[in-house]
Amino acid sequence: MKYDVILAGVGGQGVLSIAAIIARAAAEAGLSIKQSEVHGMAQRGGAVESHLRLADHPIHSDLIPTGHADMLLAMEPMEALRYVPFLAPSGAIVADRTQVVNIPNYPDATEVYDALERFPCVRLVDASQIARSLHAARASNMALLGAASAFLPLPPADLEAAIGAIFGRKGEAVVEKNIAAFRAGREAACGD
Amino acid sequence: MDRFVPLGNEALAQGALDAGVSGLYAYPGTPSTEIMEYVQRSAEAAERGVHRRWSANEKTAVEAALGMSYAGKRAMACMKHVGLNVAADPFMNAAVIGVNGGLLIVAADDPSMHSSQNEQDSRMYGRFAMIPTLEPSDQQEAYDAARIGFALSEKYNVPVLVRMTTRLSHSRANVTRRDSRPENDLNVPAHLRQFVLLPGVARVRYAQLIEKQPCFEQEAEESPLVRYMDGPDKSLGIIACGLAHNYLMENFPDGCPHPVLKISQYPVPRRLIERLVEACDDVLVLEEGMPVVEEQMRGFPYDDGRVHGRLDGTLPRAGELNPALVAQALGREAPTLFLVPDVVTDRPPQLCQGCPHADTYRALNAALEPYSKGRVFSDIGCYTLGALPPFESINTCVEMGASITMAKGAADAGLTPTVAVIGDSTFSHSGMTGLLDAVQAHAPVTVIILDNETTAMTGGQDSPAHGVLEQIVGGLGVPEAHVRVIEPLPRQHEANAAVIAEELAYADVSVIVARRECLETARRRKRGQA
Repeated sequence: MKYDVILAGVGGQGVLSIAAIIARAAAEAGLSIKQSEVHGMAQRGGAVESHLRLADHPIHSDLIPTGHADMLLAMEPMEALRYVPFLAPSGAIVADRTQVVNIPNYPDATEVYDALERFPCVRLVDASQIARSLHAARASNMALLGAASAFLPLPPADLEAAIGAIFGRKGEAVVEKNIAAFRAGREAACGD
Repeated sequence: MDRFVPLGNEALAQGALDAGVSGLYAYPGTPSTEIMEYVQRSAEAAERGVHRRWSANEKTAVEAALGMSYAGKRAMACMKHVGLNVAADPFMNAAVIGVNGGLLIVAADDPSMHSSQNEQDSRMYGRFAMIPTLEPSDQQEAYDAARIGFALSEKYNVPVLVRMTTRLSHSRANVTRRDSRPENDLNVPAHLRQFVLLPGVARVRYAQLIEKQPCFEQEAEESPLVRYMDGPDKSLGIIACGLAHNYLMENFPDGCPHPVLKISQYPVPRRLIERLVEACDDVLVLEEGMPVVEEQMRGFPYDDGRVHGRLDGTLPRAGELNPALVAQALGREAPTLFLVPDVVTDRPPQLCQGCPHADTYRALNAALEPYSKGRVFSDIGCYTLGALPPFESINTCVEMGASITMAKGAADAGLTPTVAVIGDSTFSHSGMTGLLDAVQAHAPVTVIILDNETTAMTGGQDSPAHGVLEQIVGGLGVPEAHVRVIEPLPRQHEANAAVIAEELAYADVSVIVARRECLETARRRKRGQA
């Protein structure tokens, strides 16, 4: 078994936290992991990507080969499109509908959604809105992770445990909000 | 710790701790920063009292690490590849002078220039200094490299270079820790003149360094980091260096049918290379960065066209490798991929909303309005983003500290006024000496120190000049009347532009400190206090 995920978004959206939680859950499950991150120059507002690979055998490359990703998990719809050359023909795209418009030439929303809908397996999720409705705006990344959990080869309970472990330092209230967002995101993805 | 899933940088740092390192010296720089940060966070390092504070620059870091080695302890100096240029003087001479306690010098290279000005390959520096060089191919080897490197360093009395690359530095994987080794006892070198590079001593030491070269090569031939793996298909033999080995194996999930020589230690193991070349028709060299091994295999009069790699176009001459590029070099047909739809546009990084640098640039642009364009010399930090819209305020960014000295050079040429824009951390790294040059020459340069009270670009490390900038500037000879402090805020715009305009009109060196804390570190500090 192997499962390759490209995570994408805009700097500051918490993309690397999603990666850290999946990686932690996978490590607890005894899987091999490789997770390549983007660091460095004030990435705020810029495009961010992370390669996350899980397998029950040793993994060689830190980078996912083009055309091999099982999932593209994006906190922003246009950022999902940026990485589609990595997606396997049967791969899934799970993306937040909410756009981050911080450039003057950001394309028209309908064009972005239309381009996304042409892919074989796409779930556009209102992760940012779900989080906001729970008064947990900063947990929209967890709502998106919840939606993605419908596809990930890890039980949701393991992911929730990893959320607890990663946010534990920040207190019980933060953990609860993030888990609530995760569950709402999962429900939204599985409900349709 | 049994489920240790570190970044490559963190694996190397933990490896050094477990190998008994007594001190780390570093200046932050992507992709090397997390090595020091890991040790700073480590409870074990705190308990042991391992030295782990940032240095003012890479040169002082290597010198301090050399001093710790002189005193018999194991020391490590860490930096990004271009930092090794800054430290090149002590680096080259440390190879000649040798070490007492083990000394590792870590350079993290950035092929593809994810956040760097160039993609120089530090293995070249390893050859240049003629010292053993390790190039881990995965996180486990990064962990093990510390122990192997320190042992090698103490066995041969030379520093050892560890070359990391972005992809390994910033990728996590499972790593198994080994037993830890105690730190060395304090002792001074047995020969008290060893560390005195007077010509008489240096000639002896240099001859000894040359004599050791065959030993270094023999060590590489036998290193656990170097492996010859035979294969039945001898039409091609493959040399895979460092991370390139992973990309190769990714293409052969059931094992590679060709003989493979994996190299993660240098100087190049010549006998193993000869074995591969003799056994195979052609040889493909896969290496991350520059064609260092490939060039050594191609003496130009004897080049028989059997060696392929970055030099003959089998692989791109520049940029990071990846599994697809390796597949292409192996002659595999490229799979059909989804194409990026046309609606996707670039999204470059930007200064944060409300960043103090933005207010300084607005004031600077206003003050420069009466003058022709092209007068602002800048430096390396978040503020380099001021080159892009909407500011387009700065005209240069070459290397750490170049802003003040380039502005002085342009002033020497007759371009006046000129402006140098430099961050507080960059100023303490390598701006101070340039300012002294400018002061001595009475150059008509306006220096703006963008003091956000941290090293923001790499994530908010301490800036050594914090709290003493005006004293330093005054001590270097800038008169008090022309050391101005402004607060970069929108409501101060008019006043700040006026201060800059006044100093632009002054025909000697003036320094304007634009001081407001970085939003990110301020936010983190408040959260920490709450």
